[in-house]
Amino acid sequence: MLRKAAIFAALVGLTLAGPALAKTTEKHPHAVAWSFDGPFGKFDQAQLQRGFKVYREVCAACHSMSLLSYRDLAANGGPFASAKYPNPNENPFVKAIASEVEVADIDSETGDPTTRKATPADKFRAPYANEAAGRAANSGAYPPDLSVITKAREGGPNYIYAILTGYHDAPQGLTVAPGQYYNPYFPGDLESIWTGDKAKTPVGGLLAMPPPLATDQVTFDDGTKATVAQEAEDVVAFLAWASEPKQVERKRTGFAVLIYLVLFAGLLYASYRRIWKNVAH
Amino acid sequence: MSGHPSTYEPKTAIERWLDTRLPLVRFSAELMDFPTPKNLNYWWTFGGILAIMLVVQIISGVVLAMHYVPHVDHAFVSVERIMRDVNHGWLIRYMHANGASMFFVAVYIHIARNLYYGSYKAPREMLWIIGCLIYLLMMATAFLGYVLPWGQMSFYGAVVITNLFGALPIIGEPITTWLWGGFAVDNPTLNRFFSLHYLLPFMIAGLVVLHIWALHVPGNNNPAGINVKSKDDTVPFHPYYTVKDGFAASLFLIMFAVFIFFMPNVLGHADNYVPANPLVTPAHIVPEWYFLPFYAILRAVPDKLMGVLMMFGAIAVLFVLPWLDTSKVRSMRYRPTARWFYLFFIVAVFILGYCGGNTPDAPVIGHSTGVLFLGDDINSIVWLSRLMTLYYFAYFLVITPILGLRETTLAVPDSISTPVLSHGVSTPSGATAEPEKRG
Amino acid sequence: MANTNPGGSAAGPGHDDPSRRDFIHIAAAAAAIGGVAATAWPLIDQMNPSADTLALASIEFDLSKVEPGQQVTVKWRGKPVFVRNRTEKEIAEAVRGDSANLKDPQADAQRHKDGKAQWLILVGTCTHLGCVPNFKSALEQGIYQGWFCPCHGSVYDTSGRIRKGPAPTNLEVPEYAFLSDTKVKIG
Repeated sequence: MLRKAAIFAALVGLTLAGPALAKTTEKHPHAVAWSFDGPFGKFDQAQLQRGFKVYREVCAACHSMSLLSYRDLAANGGPFASAKYPNPNENPFVKAIASEVEVADIDSETGDPTTRKATPADKFRAPYANEAAGRAANSGAYPPDLSVITKAREGGPNYIYAILTGYHDAPQGLTVAPGQYYNPYFPGDLESIWTGDKAKTPVGGLLAMPPPLATDQVTFDDGTKATVAQEAEDVVAFLAWASEPKQVERKRTGFAVLIYLVLFAGLLYASYRRIWKNVAH
Repeated sequence: MSGHPSTYEPKTAIERWLDTRLPLVRFSAELMDFPTPKNLNYWWTFGGILAIMLVVQIISGVVLAMHYVPHVDHAFVSVERIMRDVNHGWLIRYMHANGASMFFVAVYIHIARNLYYGSYKAPREMLWIIGCLIYLLMMATAFLGYVLPWGQMSFYGAVVITNLFGALPIIGEPITTWLWGGFAVDNPTLNRFFSLHYLLPFMIAGLVVLHIWALHVPGNNNPAGINVKSKDDTVPFHPYYTVKDGFAASLFLIMFAVFIFFMPNVLGHADNYVPANPLVTPAHIVPEWYFLPFYAILRAVPDKLMGVLMMFGAIAVLFVLPWLDTSKVRSMRYRPTARWFYLFFIVAVFILGYCGGNTPDAPVIGHSTGVLFLGDDINSIVWLSRLMTLYYFAYFLVITPILGLRETTLAVPDSISTPVLSHGVSTPSGATAEPEKRG
Repeated sequence: MANTNPGGSAAGPGHDDPSRRDFIHIAAAAAAIGGVAATAWPLIDQMNPSADTLALASIEFDLSKVEPGQQVTVKWRGKPVFVRNRTEKEIAEAVRGDSANLKDPQADAQRHKDGKAQWLILVGTCTHLGCVPNFKSALEQGIYQGWFCPCHGSVYDTSGRIRKGPAPTNLEVPEYAFLSDTKVKIG
């Protein structure tokens, strides 16, 4: 039994070792204490609402979130979920948010492209019609879709938070082109633009995104002070929720399943011992 | 089928009717009654666990296929739709993705058991070969399946593996074009990969039936490696091993559940949540963990064709193992020298896996020394891979044949039931010597 | 000695047979069945309509664009729905049909909301075999001035009731509600 456990532990350790650091370097993000961390983690609805506000007012100008529909905001565990409106399609907050957005449509009489008010069933409207338009508006860099961003980056929410709060002035000796911004948490290889001692090349890389957050950039409806750290924390919590809205349900179900399995294993073990009691083996 | 006389007697009228037309009940009764050695330890429960995992993968896979769209423009989005909108879709998807990893955990333990206890040796060569074929099909299925979500790793995994065939002289390029259905990995490739991914598991199921048939002809091996001499050495499969397998499976399911519900993405790669982009390759491409040792072997060899041949050779060598092993003693319980070489083999495979997950020129300990040997730093992953690859092949091709002829083995007991009892009973049935230590 | 009794002991004579009816075995089996059922449910429920399908279970429609005598076809739950703004003549014709010998008797008043007789909302699939009927005006059509199904010739009146042809029942009136004078929610 011990050997089985040791082998399993080794296997897990092996897989968690992960891909190696190659030529790119970056500063390792600090671990932030997220409310959704751990097997009993959950989201704070007020934080999700604040985070959604930051997304909508700051990020949505460039970043799409095309895998989410407006009704998702009112689904169980979402920022606007309400026990009074169990059907998320009828949630008035979500209907109001959707109706402020114009989405593309075809005029049914003439066939010409037109626009209409969004409904909860519609996906979040993307800021650009397509990737080419997105690149053209951002000097060739395409702002990635944020639907699964915390799952799509090593380090997850900690990494996104580190990037958002980690910008600072490029060290002296780094030749940064206009439209590029230094961030120590962004993986990059700065050797080619570093004019100083090659052994002391700064870690990190250059992003085409300027620091997106500033103090009081967003006014939070619940009065929370809008520091950069707060805005970053709230928007990352929102992005983490958006990447997997079912994660809290997943953990809750897991807890119940594990209890059942442990009890079941116990029953089977007792049954096994009973059956084998009188057999010399 | 196994040549044992059947003791089944049909009891009801329906049973009698069926027995003369299609003896299903007789067949199941014989499976349940199958005389199984009574000294099997927990390493023997992984066969049953594998069968359960195959059923889990097939059922979850067929269900996912009701929602998945195998088209480059819709694949990624359809998987996310399963995660978000399909009722319990997230559960079924994570079951299937983590189930694949669990399937490989179980198969590797199962293979390790066979190597240690000599279960591949005569008269079980066919059983072993069918097992190797199942393993090969499992790897093909897993590779095809990983491409389907159409993330960055999916795409580049497909690119790398299909390009391997290009290493073959003359026929390589036409074969690669034929696999792609075009000039590169694209929609035709994805669509056919989906079709094959759906097909192969049913071929695996067919081979599993043959595998169990091939098992039942000679009967199970056992930890002592000695043949069953009498009915005293065996117990009926049901309920002794159905319940024991059930218990072991429930523990395995606990591990499975921990992955599904609490760390469903830890065995995967973040890059696979980025939709496939044929114009931008991620910084580090790695296959799934269960392929890492073979990936290390592939990259250990500087020549592309030789690397491919060595990688496939590492699997091919398994097929001929029954003929490479010259030992008269089956189980390593009685082969103390062989045990050490086996342990080093297991360690070598783990190290190869570690190497596969790292870039070839990364240093193993500390920093690169700057001392090159044949073009590569001696303190590099690639040299460690080469060393371990050498041991991998040496273990099968050199050590195993020589050991069988040279080693001193321990005394093998006469039969299973006489002195080989580790668990005492209230009145032991004729135990004379002290309980054998388990190995 | 040989003893291959299923469930019987392999020990020597004079020992207890682990009885198959021992409580622990029944408990373990029951737990197993419970586990299988709990696992089976998600696998079955996943075939039920998913959240994105249910999101389109109701639609809202703006009536202000539909002129009297006009009809708009909207897609609802994958089916066509006729939203017709009936003229006084059509309403009168429909009410007259109340007393006729109908295959599927129903008064016109039962087929629209109180006080909103001009708005007729029907599921536009013929109750015979599912084709979509066309509205025929008084000029093109004979007596009934309603819908005509091209597939097998069913004829519906201005209330959508079956008058002639093989269809067994009237055109279905879906569940709907007026959110305001100009907005209706279907479904």
